[in-house]
Amino acid sequence: MFTPDDLTAFFLTLKLALVTTIILLIVGTPLAWWLARSRWRYKFILEAMVALPLVLPPTVLGFYLLLMLGANGPIGSLFQAMGAEPLAFSFSGLVIGSVFYSIPFVVQPLQDAFNNIGRRPLEVAATLGASPLDRFWTVAIPLARPGFLTACVLGFAHTIGEFGVVLMIGGNIPGETQVLSIAIYEHVEVLDYANAHILSAALVVLSFLMLLTVYALNGRFKVVRL
Amino acid sequence: MRVIAQFKIPRTELLNFNFDISAQGITAVFGISGSGKTSLLRAIAGLDFHAGSYLQIGDDIWQDESSFLKPHKRSIGYVFQEASLFEHLTVLQNIQYGIKRMATSASVISLPQVIELLGLEALLERKPAQLSGGERQRVAIARALAVNPRILLMDEPLASLDQTRKEELLPYIESLNRQLNIPVFYVSHASEEIARLADQLIFIEDSMIKAAGPIENLLTRTDLSLAHRRQAESLIFATAEQYDAKFQLNYLSSAAGTFVVPGTKLVPGKQVRLRLTAQDISLTLEAQKDTSILNIFPALVDELIPEDNAQLTVRLLINNLPVLARITLKSAANLQLQKNKSVFAQIKSVAVLA
Repeated sequence: MFTPDDLTAFFLTLKLALVTTIILLIVGTPLAWWLARSRWRYKFILEAMVALPLVLPPTVLGFYLLLMLGANGPIGSLFQAMGAEPLAFSFSGLVIGSVFYSIPFVVQPLQDAFNNIGRRPLEVAATLGASPLDRFWTVAIPLARPGFLTACVLGFAHTIGEFGVVLMIGGNIPGETQVLSIAIYEHVEVLDYANAHILSAALVVLSFLMLLTVYALNGRFKVVRL
Repeated sequence: MRVIAQFKIPRTELLNFNFDISAQGITAVFGISGSGKTSLLRAIAGLDFHAGSYLQIGDDIWQDESSFLKPHKRSIGYVFQEASLFEHLTVLQNIQYGIKRMATSASVISLPQVIELLGLEALLERKPAQLSGGERQRVAIARALAVNPRILLMDEPLASLDQTRKEELLPYIESLNRQLNIPVFYVSHASEEIARLADQLIFIEDSMIKAAGPIENLLTRTDLSLAHRRQAESLIFATAEQYDAKFQLNYLSSAAGTFVVPGTKLVPGKQVRLRLTAQDISLTLEAQKDTSILNIFPALVDELIPEDNAQLTVRLLINNLPVLARITLKSAANLQLQKNKSVFAQIKSVAVLA
């Protein structure tokens, strides 16, 4: 059913989505926590920056990333000076692009979840002798579980659907940067509609199932049990 | 235990008190909503930081010019208005949360004791979502007590409950007061709760502490607005003596004399509080013989303070115990009341708070 190249693209896409989601959870959780708790009056600037990928054409994001990560860009040349592979047109470059591209889909649900907890449970934990870090791990994180589920699924699903950023900074190298959306685009270009159908349908089903999970679990339970 | 506090809280006057709270007793912080009661409690707990404040609990300084002990380092128990249980933990895990984080393992109250005291045996495995409002608040109190705090802070723990749940919870609060050696700060704006529970009163009005001391003294101090409320009241501590089964009457002895109050039998020796509403006390110059009123005591007029153009508050001394009566100006004129005049106080109804 899948051609070997399609299968490679499929697993590359899953790998990209997984790595991106993990990085976003690590980076996004403290950021979301800070955004939810900070009383800094200019934090809206950061919130706007986090939301920027929602409205920006992915090609614009990809274009700037290409400039930054390319062999002559500030980050790209730094990497080359350190003897590392250039970032543009590599899997690592894709991961960096995807992290920027999907950041609002992880940070916003987490920020909402932390906001919904409110200050009270954390104050209670403080009066019971829990240090700030202790409170974060034992109260904030467990109570924000529905938010984490939403953030994981949305971050993952959104990365799977990525096209413009990948095209700009990754190109179309099978096994390295050719993801599903690019593979579909290529099938259509050569009028191979049969294979385009298979991949597209697979994406629709996959994405729908993931969203179904979020809505079903977060709707039924106050606190999601996984 | 001596508590010395001086809080500079924005939008309030300097909340300033130097106060001995007894280990066995509830110190009520009383005032209308928005008077700064909760701010005071939060400042004691360290949940809010107010620069330039000072707080000393016993010999330990929790805040001064140069230091501020973080809330999680303070030995406190805090019961919020809403139970605020950890929804992701069971009742037992909620209670254990603080125990696991206790600085010392030397506990005066053990976990089984706390569970028994608040009657939680059957609820331990439940999640908070499966509890009633009263049960949730009991768990919250157990959780706060389980850490063996040096001081228990309760912020209107009954305010979010309906009357039935309140009645259900009050005996638990009373019993923890009697059985444990933990001083309690109890914030409330409900005078019935205060009359029933408080031994000491910190009275906050106009964003400042107006007075602090034994509740029965503060309630009858005419320089405070407490004595001039429509529902002004006096408290007398009494002991159940005997019971007249035929008429279902309790005989209760007090420093003012013996009160006769209808109701179900009280166990002889039981300590109760008698709440006398100023509106329910009338005055006569002669002891009435042919009257339906059972409780009549000789009294001395101590003070007369007009309330408006129709009424005045009379501060009486019954055997040196202060009691307030609210009568009309006309009656006062008819009886020619003045300081040190001997009268008889007819107490129409007495509420037994047990």
